[in-house]
Amino acid sequence: MNGILRLTLRYLAYNKLKTITLIMCVSLALLLPVLLQFGVAQFEQDLMSRARSTPLVAGVKGSRFDLALQSMYFSRADLEPTSMREVESIQETNYALPIPLTLRFTAQGFPVVGTTLDYFEFRKREIAEGTQLKRLGDCVIGANVAATLQLKPGDRLMSDPLNVFDLSGNYPLKMRVVGVLGKSNSPDDEAVFVDLKTEWIISGIGHGHQSINAESNKDLVLKQEGQTTVANAAVPQFNEVTDKNLASFHFHGETDTFPISAIIVVPFDQKSEVLLLGLYDTKGAELQLIRPTEIVNELMGMVFRVKQLFDMNALLVSISVGLLLALVFVLSLRLRKRERQTMFQLGCSRSMIWKLQLTEVIFILAASLLIVLGITAIVRVYASQLLRLWFS
Amino acid sequence: MIQMQQLKFGYPQSHFRLSIPELEIKDTEKVAVIGPSGCGKTTLLNLISGILIPNQGTLLSCGIDLKTLNDSQRRVYRISRIGFVFQEFELIDYLNVRENILLPYFINSALQLDEGVLQRAQELAAAMQIDSYFNSRIDRISQGERQRVAICRALLPQPQILLADEPTGNLDPVNKQHIRDLLLEHTTKTNATLIMVTHDDRLLDQFDRTIDIERFHEMVKTA
Repeated sequence: MNGILRLTLRYLAYNKLKTITLIMCVSLALLLPVLLQFGVAQFEQDLMSRARSTPLVAGVKGSRFDLALQSMYFSRADLEPTSMREVESIQETNYALPIPLTLRFTAQGFPVVGTTLDYFEFRKREIAEGTQLKRLGDCVIGANVAATLQLKPGDRLMSDPLNVFDLSGNYPLKMRVVGVLGKSNSPDDEAVFVDLKTEWIISGIGHGHQSINAESNKDLVLKQEGQTTVANAAVPQFNEVTDKNLASFHFHGETDTFPISAIIVVPFDQKSEVLLLGLYDTKGAELQLIRPTEIVNELMGMVFRVKQLFDMNALLVSISVGLLLALVFVLSLRLRKRERQTMFQLGCSRSMIWKLQLTEVIFILAASLLIVLGITAIVRVYASQLLRLWFS
Repeated sequence: MIQMQQLKFGYPQSHFRLSIPELEIKDTEKVAVIGPSGCGKTTLLNLISGILIPNQGTLLSCGIDLKTLNDSQRRVYRISRIGFVFQEFELIDYLNVRENILLPYFINSALQLDEGVLQRAQELAAAMQIDSYFNSRIDRISQGERQRVAICRALLPQPQILLADEPTGNLDPVNKQHIRDLLLEHTTKTNATLIMVTHDDRLLDQFDRTIDIERFHEMVKTA
């Protein structure tokens, strides 16, 4: 082994605590701006790629950011829902394909996305295992959901109750997993897709229960109005849709009033897009049609302004660490004056002595850089997931 | 042979002056240098080793006029001909015993570390009775053992002149005698010149000559 390298490694190993502290200090000082830069770039790339593939989003007026992020990332936001009527009205314009999304529930922590089959076609999502949604109560899960929950077609997945103490509220539904989507490195990997009607069953708008006869189930009947039997809350509801009880599932109320969280609007051409935007501008105060790319640009503008502050902070931290490193180096030089003198007396050249000291600094910087590169590489692999986790 | 004539040396911005009209130390001679603190004993060793250059006069060592050599040449002279033993041992605390002995080979590209050197290091350590601590840390061995490590380090490159600057200053009486004997024995074995600075009159009897840097006429006047 080279003499300089041997002495450097021995010195650094002997002064473990000092070496580790210095490496950690330098690593942190370097890591902060690097991760920030990388995180913001990844953030922009992720948001933009999803935004570009989502032409327009319609929803109730309120936070445009929430509406955009909710429809792209399935994040839970307390947005007022619009209704199926809005989906139909977009359809009727013949300007665009509306893809409704309902995003109120979760299953084992993963968002349950109620939508139509158009969604899969629009996003070009293929079923990697199993089949597409076939009937009420079916779900298709994202690749990461399948991997995390160890689920495959044929398994069951229970939706999460919104409030376990609300006995009169919605009941969890045991869904049948019929398919697993291929990995797309998008929020779709971490979602549970169901048909709109299945989501409405989870929300309690629709349900299935045993048939009630006014004669034989007197204790369950509140009143009888002609052909309509009104039962009380004691009627046991089915928590799973099966081939046997499928026919008993029904919805109360008009479908066009059923809630929709957001609508992805896919205009047929540019002219249709402009016309739709104009239409929504004049439509009234309660609805909005947004371009996700514009929202993401606005969001990134804010992020970059905040990043500038962080950059300034990182610069100051780096300068402090640099000065600290210089101080440690100078103090170390003073402490090791006799060692240098001895080496000189033993015939070591002054340049060699400086090389020795410099190698120690280079080694600390190199070790710090390696740590920074290692962490950056790990973050790079999981950046998209981390960002999605943040938004969920 | 070391020859000094009309040699004068002074440190910049210091009243200290060393003046040696004439001094000769023969090859293989064992010389003890005595004198009170601050009279120039260490300065004399540094002049002989080429670390310091005389302001006036001549200093010939092994036939070389040290004043005519540049920094790099004096370093080569020091590596190839001089061995140093210090009062404070000056061992490197982050190296083990073996690495401390081999240190001159790590820091001088002019010295080649080969199997022969490793073998010699082992033999020297055995002769100094420190071979059982070969892989021990420096702070795990006694003062006397540390000085023996320092002597091994100085002797390993087989120097023609061994300069020992109060090597027994930090040792107990038994170890003092022992270290002196080791230095004399090994320099006799390798036909090296030994110049040892000491304050202890009890160690002088085994040396060929004693130079009192303050009293003897061939040495010194300090101003």
